[in-house]
Amino acid sequence: MAYSDKVIDHYENPRNVGSLDKADPNVGTGLVGAPACGDVMRLQLKITDEGIIEDARFKTFGCGSAIASSSLVSEWVKGKTVDEALTISNKDVARELALPPVKIHCSVLAEDAIKAAIDDFKKKRDARRQQPA
Amino acid sequence: MKLPIYMDNHATTPMDPRVLEAMLPYLREDFGNAASRNHAFGWKAEAAVEEARKQVAALIGASDKEIVFTSGATESDNLAIKGVVEFYKEKGDHIITLKTEHKAVLDTCKRLERVRQERLDELKTLRLMQLTGAPVSRDELATLAIKHDLDNDAVYRQWAELPTGGARVTYLDVEKDGRVDLKKLEAAMTDKTILVSIMLANNEIGTVQPIAEIGRMCRARGILFHCDAVQGIGKVPFHVEEAQVDLVSISAHKMYGPKGVGALYVRRKPRVRIAPLIDGGGHERGMRSGTLNVASIVGFGHAAKIAREELVEEAARLTRLRERLRKGIVEQLDMVTVNGSQEHRLPGNLNISFAYVEGEALMMAIKDVAVSSGSACTSASLEPSYVLRACGVEEDMAHSSIRFGIGRFNTEEEVDFVIKLMVDKVNRLREMSPLYEMAKEGIDLKSIEWTAH
Repeated sequence: MAYSDKVIDHYENPRNVGSLDKADPNVGTGLVGAPACGDVMRLQLKITDEGIIEDARFKTFGCGSAIASSSLVSEWVKGKTVDEALTISNKDVARELALPPVKIHCSVLAEDAIKAAIDDFKKKRDARRQQPA
Repeated sequence: MKLPIYMDNHATTPMDPRVLEAMLPYLREDFGNAASRNHAFGWKAEAAVEEARKQVAALIGASDKEIVFTSGATESDNLAIKGVVEFYKEKGDHIITLKTEHKAVLDTCKRLERVRQERLDELKTLRLMQLTGAPVSRDELATLAIKHDLDNDAVYRQWAELPTGGARVTYLDVEKDGRVDLKKLEAAMTDKTILVSIMLANNEIGTVQPIAEIGRMCRARGILFHCDAVQGIGKVPFHVEEAQVDLVSISAHKMYGPKGVGALYVRRKPRVRIAPLIDGGGHERGMRSGTLNVASIVGFGHAAKIAREELVEEAARLTRLRERLRKGIVEQLDMVTVNGSQEHRLPGNLNISFAYVEGEALMMAIKDVAVSSGSACTSASLEPSYVLRACGVEEDMAHSSIRFGIGRFNTEEEVDFVIKLMVDKVNRLREMSPLYEMAKEGIDLKSIEWTAH
C-alpha cells in the first residue's frame, strides 16, 4: 500500500514516543485498542490544574498508520486546553495523513486515545477533590 | 550487495536467466502456433512444446502424456476440482480439504458448495409447490420446508440424492505445526467422497504434508487425490508414483520460470477423467482448449529441467541460509516464535512471529527487504492470516508475523544484512510498543479488558 509522505515521516520520525509517570496526579493515561485486532495505543497527557495540556507521550503497537496517527495527535494536543483537544476528530487525523479508507480505523483509535486520556485525568482530579487535603 | 533484497520467493521467483535465454527464440523467429500441422513454423513450435512437456513430466516422475498445460496453478486447481466434481457426479459429491489450503482451492470448494445449495433450494421449491399447490417464494422457503418436514419427506429426499453438480466439503483442521492428522482425514472419508485436495507444502508456513501416506489412504478407498504442489515442486523431492497422487497443480513462476503458465498432471493409469473448464479447439487432449503459450511453456520446461538437476544441492544451500537467518534472529531477540513444522519444512521458508510488534509496521521498517506479513493489515480485510489461525496461533501473534522466502538468488551476505536489520528494527518498534513495556513489567496482557473494535 502506498502511504502519504506524512505517514512515512511520522512513522520514521515519531514525535513524543515514551512514557509519563502514571502516578502523577496531573497525568492522564488512555489505553485503547486490542492486541487481537493488531493495534493498541497508549497516550499520556500531562495537564496543568488550569486544564492546559503541557506534555504528551505515546506508545503504539500497530501498523504504520496507527503509529503515524498517534504521533500526529501527540503533537496536536500539546499547548491546547482539554476542551480544545476534545474537538480533534478522527476525520482531521485521516485528512491530515491522507489515510487510505481501510486505515480510517487507525484515526478513530487516535481520537479515542485522546478522549480516554482526558477521561482518566478527570477521574483522577475528581477523586482528589473529594478527598479533603 | 544490491538493495532492496528480494526475500519473498513464495509470492513469485525471479526468472532464471537460463530460462529467459531458452524462451527468446520462441518470442522472435520461432513464433509458430503449435496447432498448425501444415508447415514448419507449427512443427517447430509443437516440437518445443513436446520437449517442455517431457521436462515438466520428468520433474515429477510422470509421463509426458499426463501433463496438461494451463495458465497457472489457480486454473489447474479449478480444473482439477471442478473437473472431477463434474465428471464423477454420479459417483458422489463429497470433497475433503484443509483449512490451510490456498484460496485457489478453498474458494473453488466454496463455489461448489454454493452450486449444491442453489440446486437443493430449487428442488425444495419444486417439492413445496407440489405439496401446497401454489408458487413458493424464496422468502417462504425455509419456513415452509420446516412446516412440511421436507427433511423427512421421502420424495424430496430422493430428489436430494440426485447429482447437483456441486459438492459438500469438509474443511479439516490441521495440527499446531500445520500438518494434517491422518486419523482425522480417515474419519472424514465417506462412501460419497470422490476427492481429497491437500497441498504439498504450505505457502505461508512452509509445512510439508505427508503426501505419500495421504496418497495410499485415498488409493485404498478409490478416492481421487489432488495435490496443489505449487510451493513444493522443485524444492522438495516429489514423485507421482511414490505419492500415489492423481492430479497435481504446478506453476512455473514459483520455480524460476515465467508467470502465466502452469500445468495439471492428470493420471493415465489408473485413469482419471475430468470435465474441461474451457471449451474450444480441443487442445491438450480436450482438457484445456486455447492456443498454447509456446514461449512460456518452453521456459516452464527449462525451469523444470534446472530444478530437477539442481534440487538436492539447492535444497541443502537454502536450508543452510534459512537456518542461519533463524539462528541469527532467535539468538538476538527474545519473545519470537517460529511458525510451522521445523522438521517437515520447505528449505527456504521461515515464518516467524515477533511478539508485541505489528507485522506491517515491521515490513515498513525493513523496506530494504521484500518479505510478506502474516498480518493482513495491508489488505482490505484487516484479518490476520487464516493459515496461522488454523494452526492455533493466537490472534495477536498472527498479527506479528513475517514470512521470509529465501530463494535461488539469495546470498549469505544478504541473510546477514537481514538479520542485523531485523534485530535493529524489532528493538526500535518494541521500544515504541506499549505491549512490550507492559510485558516487561510483568503485566499479564490477557488480564486487561481491551476495547475490542
